[in-house]
Amino acid sequence: MESIKIEQLLEKYENAETSLHEEAVLKDYFNNSTVAPHLQEYQALFGYYAESKKEIYSKPIQLNTKKKNWKWLSIAASVVLLFSVYTGYENNQERKEARIAFENTQMAFKLLSKNMNKGTAAMAYLGEYETTTNKIFKQQIK
Amino acid sequence: MKQSEFLNTVMPFKDKVYRLAKRLLVSSEEAEDATQELFMKLWNRKDKLSSYKSVEAFAMTMTKNYCFDRLKSKQASNLSLIHSNYKENGTSLDRKTELNDSVSIVHQLIAKLPENQRIIIQLRDVEEYEYEEISKVLDIKPTAVRVALSRARKTIREQLIKQHNYGINQN
Repeated sequence: MESIKIEQLLEKYENAETSLHEEAVLKDYFNNSTVAPHLQEYQALFGYYAESKKEIYSKPIQLNTKKKNWKWLSIAASVVLLFSVYTGYENNQERKEARIAFENTQMAFKLLSKNMNKGTAAMAYLGEYETTTNKIFKQQIK
Repeated sequence: MKQSEFLNTVMPFKDKVYRLAKRLLVSSEEAEDATQELFMKLWNRKDKLSSYKSVEAFAMTMTKNYCFDRLKSKQASNLSLIHSNYKENGTSLDRKTELNDSVSIVHQLIAKLPENQRIIIQLRDVEEYEYEEISKVLDIKPTAVRVALSRARKTIREQLIKQHNYGINQN
């Protein structure tokens, strides 16, 4: 394109009277063709604008960071709950076993004492025997 | 509005949001944070989005306001950005080595413009918005957009020619 046309466009450009299409023509001229020597300082300008547009935001956009935290928290809570239920159950089971063992020993003791009492009842007769023999001996001594 | 639907609406202009944020906040990290923050805000308002005529224009307005707030709080806490030690990292700007110097000069010239002119240059010359769209984003009249744009373009051109001649005189 002739540099006269470009100069006219540049003047319009500086007065902010160019349309987007005309500005595209300018950008194309300064980025893709040999530029007239007296217009070279504009090359840097339009080159910069074209390059600037290539810069992108490369990081992923995070929207639900809070939600994620809640999810992990609930998982941790359920694990803790499961564990405590399990240990509670285990504890209870142990207590039950202990009570059963206690009852068994109590029963055994009861049985033992019952039989002991039988023995002592039999001993009572022996005591009676002794008193009567004593009576007899006392009478003889008199 | 579901997440996938939301992403389909906002994805087309995520780079524009990022570039505008970077134009205003200068550093890439700040711009990334701002972009992330902004999409969280949009997500929180997802139910109202359909009532806006142009979600993109609305998002750009939010970006502008958010960046202004960031800049204000930075001034308040006395943490000013140091432009001189700022470097483009890993962008394709380095490719055109012979133009590289003058390209970064353009970058610096734009950085010296007032904030409103910077936004207008960004939206018009980089993102290629219509005047009407820019006026919606900034909530000013289209004629005011043209005046500010013309002023910004002239400032950049004058400075650029100054730099250019300076380079020639040096040689």
